Amino acid sequence: MKRWWIWIVAGLLPLQALALSGEEAMKKSQAAFLYPGKDFKARVVMKLINKDGQERLRELTMLRKNAGEPGGDQKYFMYFFQPADVKDMTFMIHKYPARDDDRWLFVPAINMVKRIAAQDKRSSFVGSDFTYEDVSGRDIEDDNHIIEREEKVGNRDCYVVKSTPKGTDADFGHKVTWVDKANFLPLKEEQYDKRGNRYKLFTADEVTDIKAFPTAIKRTMKNLQTGHRTEVAYIKTDYDLGIEDSLFSERYLRQPPRKWID
Amino acid sequence: MPGIIRSIAVGLFAFAALTPPGTSAEVTLSGFLQQNTAFNTVTENPDGRHYKWLEERAQLKLDATGGAWRVLLKGEVAYDHLGRQDESELREGYVDYAARNWDLRAGRQVITWGLGDLVFVNDVFPKDHEALFAGRPLEYLKRGVDAVKLGVYPGLASFELVVAPTFRESRTPDPNRFWLFDPLPAVTNRTTVKPEQGDAGLRVYRDIAGYDAAMYLYRGFHRTPSMRPDSMLAPTKITYFYPKLFIYGASLSGRAGGGVLNLEAAFYDSRQDRSGSDFTVPNSQTRVLVGYQIQPVEDLSLNFQYYAERMHAYDSYRGALPAGFPAEKRVNHYFTARATQLLQHQTLRLSVYASYNASNGDYFVTPELRYSFTDHLWGAVGANFFGGKPWGQFGQLSQNDNVYLQLRHEF
Repeated sequence: MKRWWIWIVAGLLPLQALALSGEEAMKKSQAAFLYPGKDFKARVVMKLINKDGQERLRELTMLRKNAGEPGGDQKYFMYFFQPADVKDMTFMIHKYPARDDDRWLFVPAINMVKRIAAQDKRSSFVGSDFTYEDVSGRDIEDDNHIIEREEKVGNRDCYVVKSTPKGTDADFGHKVTWVDKANFLPLKEEQYDKRGNRYKLFTADEVTDIKAFPTAIKRTMKNLQTGHRTEVAYIKTDYDLGIEDSLFSERYLRQPPRKWID
Repeated sequence: MPGIIRSIAVGLFAFAALTPPGTSAEVTLSGFLQQNTAFNTVTENPDGRHYKWLEERAQLKLDATGGAWRVLLKGEVAYDHLGRQDESELREGYVDYAARNWDLRAGRQVITWGLGDLVFVNDVFPKDHEALFAGRPLEYLKRGVDAVKLGVYPGLASFELVVAPTFRESRTPDPNRFWLFDPLPAVTNRTTVKPEQGDAGLRVYRDIAGYDAAMYLYRGFHRTPSMRPDSMLAPTKITYFYPKLFIYGASLSGRAGGGVLNLEAAFYDSRQDRSGSDFTVPNSQTRVLVGYQIQPVEDLSLNFQYYAERMHAYDSYRGALPAGFPAEKRVNHYFTARATQLLQHQTLRLSVYASYNASNGDYFVTPELRYSFTDHLWGAVGANFFGGKPWGQFGQLSQNDNVYLQLRHEF
């Protein structure tokens, strides 16, 4: 009986283990959302829809390969099918979490590969409502993350994480992410401007398991201030295909191999 | 027109014959219909017409892939309202074979080397300068070469060898459409002699500490012609010819201070006149390019270039130059700037390019507004403005300012 306190400590232990910090939650979320598998391939169909309902289509194959652990370097290769004036264009990103990306663009009309300046990860990806950061991730260390509460999205239990930029140079005030407690996918995210107004809303509209990796195969980003939204569907999604490192090179930017881009 | 149809038919047949049985071929057909007009804004053409360009054009592109093989055919038919009969062409038509560590492309192909934006240091392949100055879409700046290109990728570096059995020249502005400087306007008897040999180029490239590094070698001819009168005192005939040229060059491109830094240099070895004593042959030259590209805010990119050309045997050149001919400077310094702003979810693009030659005051400015009405229809309106010395590269074009329209439906 002298050791009654052990039982109290033992009773608290599971709670201690479960009490995740906001930063850990966002790290796990990024790993689940942007790093699953050693590599990844999807045909991405983006619909850019304005407030009057007019649609434009962007269609591409996206290939990704991780250099190491989640949170580390990644390489992206994209081949564009649509719109017609960018057909056969390819685009490559070498992404480094702590510094600016390297980006190369192949312009088929003049058969030229050129590097393009990439200072701003917050700029629009191919004109859509998604930014480069939304597509390939924002550095976890750039923000402070706090789990504010737990809440359901649909029937899924979620952590609600508030992320506030540490520096003053960010172009947004803060964001709030609903992270699925079971698989750590972000199911919803609200971005607020510096005045505290909600201006962008992300939703994962359909999640399915592909090779046991839960994958948001339908997702939407809506600009609440302009009414413009982008709906994205991932089709032919697959993981761990054994994509060679050599794919991410000038040779294949100029002549993308069919087996990877169909 | 029949030539293009025949080429496509031959390509299809070759593709069908080369594809091993059992491999599935994937064939895509695409193309466009295009209208392109450029109005003169200063004066009519030398031939009295009011347009620099006025044509309808259709392109059909066939792209077929099966296993390691690929065939691409890009043929165009065009109707020119200004009287040219020969505007239909096979833009590109080649067969690719890709193995693990090497690949081969044979046929008419567009090749672009180097880093310059409308400044060419190591891009030794033929261009269409007329297309650039007459407000045609950017892709017409480049002409295909009929060549075999071998790529070898052993890991240490990548090698690209281009061998063309026949020489293809750059297209220069047509003197019927463009006011151009002519030192001997009275001589109307003119002929052109093209090299009987082909040419060859080698590019070796690899990553060095995060920078894209490349070396270039070229053995061939100047792409734009030189003119030689039969006599300096009483010329009766002018012969255009393409002097022999070797080029040794290098380039480096990478991130620097938030932008992209481009460095490029080349030595132009004018083999036909290394002493510089023949004024009709271009002097040997060193060309240097420094470029810096940044994206200061979302969807705005800026590109600045400094480019210099230095003659090697300048004293001999000046000594041999006949009286009355305009003298080039020993060094020409150029500054160029391009600003591109994307708007409306990148469907509207505003851009302006300006080039200024600080050595002789020559300039070329081309603003453009391009809008995608739908995913299949885009239009552009722009202008070309030229000025400077009457014999300068751009100054001689000062009577040729124009405003252009491009409209293209892609399918």
